[in-house]
Amino acid sequence: MSQLITTPRLVEAGTSNTSHIGKPTSRVEGPAKVTGTAKYSAEFNVPDMLYGYVVTSPITKGRITKINTEPVLALAGVVQIFSHENVPSLAWFDRSYKDDVAPGGSPFRPLHDNEIKFNMQPVALVVAETFEVARYAASVLEIEYAEDKFDTNIDLKRDEGHEPGSGKTGFMPPPPPRGNPNDALKNATHRIEGEYIHGAQHHNPMEMFATTVEYHPDGKITAYDKTQGVYNVQQYITKIFGLSKDQARVVNHYMGGGFGSGLRPQYQVFLAVLAALELKQSVRVSLTRQQMFSFGHRPHTLQYLKMGTNPDGTLAALHHHALHETSRFEEYTENVVNWSGMLYQCENVKLGYQVAELDVYTPLDMRAPGAATGSFGLEVAMDEMAYAAGIDPLDFRIRNYAEQDQNMKKPFSSKKLRECYHEGATRFGWDKRTPEPRSMREGNQLIGWGMAGGVWDASMQKAAAKATFTADGKLLVQSAAGENGTGTYTIMTQIAAETLGLPIEAVTFELGDTNMPEAPVQGGSWTAASVGSAVKNVCTDIGEKLLKLAQKMEGSPLKGASIDDVHFADGQIRLSANPSEAVVVRDILAASGEEKLEAETSAMPNLIKQQPYSMHSHNAVFAEVRVDEDLGTVHVTRVVNAVAAGRILNTKTARSQVLGSVVWGISMALMEETVMDHTFGRYMNHNYAEYHIPVNADIHDIDVIFVEEEDDKVNPLGVKGIGEVGMLGVAAAITNAVYHATGKRVRELPIYMDKLL
Amino acid sequence: MIQQPTNTAGGATSLPAPPSAGSVTLTINGVQRHMQLAPWTTLLDALREYADLTGTKKGCDHGQCGSCTVLVNGKRINSCLTLAVMQEGNEITTIEGLGQPESLSPLQQAFIDHDAFQCGYCTPGQICSAQGLLNEGRAHTEDEIRELMSGNICRCGAYVGILAAVKEVVDKQSEIVK
Ligand code: FES
Ligand code: FES
Repeated sequence: MSQLITTPRLVEAGTSNTSHIGKPTSRVEGPAKVTGTAKYSAEFNVPDMLYGYVVTSPITKGRITKINTEPVLALAGVVQIFSHENVPSLAWFDRSYKDDVAPGGSPFRPLHDNEIKFNMQPVALVVAETFEVARYAASVLEIEYAEDKFDTNIDLKRDEGHEPGSGKTGFMPPPPPRGNPNDALKNATHRIEGEYIHGAQHHNPMEMFATTVEYHPDGKITAYDKTQGVYNVQQYITKIFGLSKDQARVVNHYMGGGFGSGLRPQYQVFLAVLAALELKQSVRVSLTRQQMFSFGHRPHTLQYLKMGTNPDGTLAALHHHALHETSRFEEYTENVVNWSGMLYQCENVKLGYQVAELDVYTPLDMRAPGAATGSFGLEVAMDEMAYAAGIDPLDFRIRNYAEQDQNMKKPFSSKKLRECYHEGATRFGWDKRTPEPRSMREGNQLIGWGMAGGVWDASMQKAAAKATFTADGKLLVQSAAGENGTGTYTIMTQIAAETLGLPIEAVTFELGDTNMPEAPVQGGSWTAASVGSAVKNVCTDIGEKLLKLAQKMEGSPLKGASIDDVHFADGQIRLSANPSEAVVVRDILAASGEEKLEAETSAMPNLIKQQPYSMHSHNAVFAEVRVDEDLGTVHVTRVVNAVAAGRILNTKTARSQVLGSVVWGISMALMEETVMDHTFGRYMNHNYAEYHIPVNADIHDIDVIFVEEEDDKVNPLGVKGIGEVGMLGVAAAITNAVYHATGKRVRELPIYMDKLL
Repeated sequence: MIQQPTNTAGGATSLPAPPSAGSVTLTINGVQRHMQLAPWTTLLDALREYADLTGTKKGCDHGQCGSCTVLVNGKRINSCLTLAVMQEGNEITTIEGLGQPESLSPLQQAFIDHDAFQCGYCTPGQICSAQGLLNEGRAHTEDEIRELMSGNICRCGAYVGILAAVKEVVDKQSEIVK
């Protein structure tokens, strides 16, 4: 059958209606989210479902001596109570409980034995026919404990820190000292030193952790789980419960915020799967907001910094030491101090990093783990140093600009931090700042301007994707990636549509299902690079198949062309040398008689290409605060955040990521803190009313600048990821602005008004 | 230490029985729904667990976050703080009643245009709250909108977009009034 080749419309090379990357495309899943049709884990109302409610320990350390289940089991509607007393024998070895991103040590096993290792440890699951009965029954379950002594206060463990072992994936022990840091500090013209502290912080995503396990008649299960990695959860539950992969499907289409809290499988998925398998019935387990404070947090961290300058205002020496908490059973690590060895040029550097064990749950990566902490210490110290040396804080940073990564002794694959400084300062009006503290005011409002910045890894992981192109001209692309507000649906749709020259509407991207090709956990700002590259590759494979078929068409102008000789745009394959020679993509399948084309492939980082370089994103933040002179209340009235993160795939969703990061930074600076009562070893403000985070009235002007940065080394897309870098330096810029406004140097977050009075 | 309910301290052997369900009729998005609900079921749980209207979200269950905001007779309330039985005879509007993907309300469209959300979990509550704000007719300036939208937490921090979206619709509405 011969097919008429339609004469295509002439277009100039390089422009088309199907170039989507970099455009502010509105979220493709927007309509689902604004109408409430997007389904989160606790919203799959499967038939005949039971409800589980978790009972948590009121003590911090000790043993359960008795559980009085009888009166509770007698209540109408109560089905079963699971505790260590009746859990079936499960996997024995630690490795079965280790998820992909577990730190070193022995993971916590829910309901494993009678031992209590931390406050609010889950000790029982009450299963009932309704949520209300389960909640009531859990509240009346009587449990007796024998209490042991415990330690929860890092302040008392200052001398008991130790250097961690190899730690978890991505952990880099600080490099050995360079130069002669002690002498250089002693001989410096100006010196500063100080301790910088923040308490524990909890991710608190809006959606509480929940798992709905659908129990199928053949004994297989589908777990709709709140997680940032469906594959990670699948391997966790299959290993523990001895299931094969096809017996346990894990799904997460939408996640109501993660920020790292869903990197590891949480205990509700264990409990829901346990109950469903034991009772052979579908079960939902949702945590309460209080229980959201029971499984991981940004660790309480103490940092000590010392710095000195030479007469010309260059850094003579830099010392940065950090100590944070971990649990008794796992050794949590993050990179806190390494950034200080690479953000500024300095020949004499000493970095130290220790952890100390406490009777708390294992900390957990929380947005920009390590860097949010380290950049707070480093960037406040830099401000102090600039003042001590009598140099403008921005000028001081530019004088100490690092042209190469001195930790790795490698050049940067790209680094446009200088441009961030310049564009940010210009937009903010930094040159109008008077340096003296308390020198700017309006009535009783003290005005302060501060700045800071940060650096974050640009990384990529292996990821896979599958694509199906059908005769109706529609493209379906799938990968088990996650969407927790980052814009994954939208940017993947853009990449796929652009690669094959299709309109956005012709492309559907699906994610979050272990029936799809594997993607890494959604974290570390690597999804855009990793899954994006896989999507691009798989669409290119479809493109090659289309080209081959197109070349078989009668009179095809593409005969003899290779994939590099053509491009896809406006629904056509065009000869790049002569774009008017083209074939309409939709006609190709019709001509070939094929119903669909399929491809599946993966993408991996090109280590040989990357190896010579240090790959990072950077930012510079400028903040204005207004402090009420009498009351000490602080308002952040203006923030400019200039970010260099490689190619920006979608300026709308990327801007939202940075806006959200600034809100997080404001929160870290002024509000967020989980307060532990060390008498009880229990977090006292474990609810949304007392764990303070910003509301709408706390947020004012925020300006986001994406500095142009091209990078052909990080990955084929040139993206560096945007989820964490935007948060860096925000807390420090605000702290520095507060100093500028009030003359008070606060070194412990959050800055409550009592610290300013 | 003994973890025990306050009313059974001392080792009572039988516990108060859970209340039994009775029939309750709720008018949700203009449709009468007959449901079997116990008196202790909140409106939020009635919507999510019994009426399969999961657009209304649960972020705290304690009136601290606003995710569960719905409109009752046009006024915004936290549905986790009211019992379903108390709402018989009232007009309950949830996010599903404001618009559907094919027929978005002006606020829903503005939220998409201004990217006024990330994860989307607080979004139905934000939109219902903003609709309540419009009904109240008392917010005009940016500061007023910020203040009167502050009962709805967004952990993703989409406040700049939320403000822009609500302001756009507020402005359009006041133009119509003029
Ligand atoms: S769920 Fe009702 S206010 Fe949070
Ligand atoms: S959009 Fe995620 S909490 Fe508001």
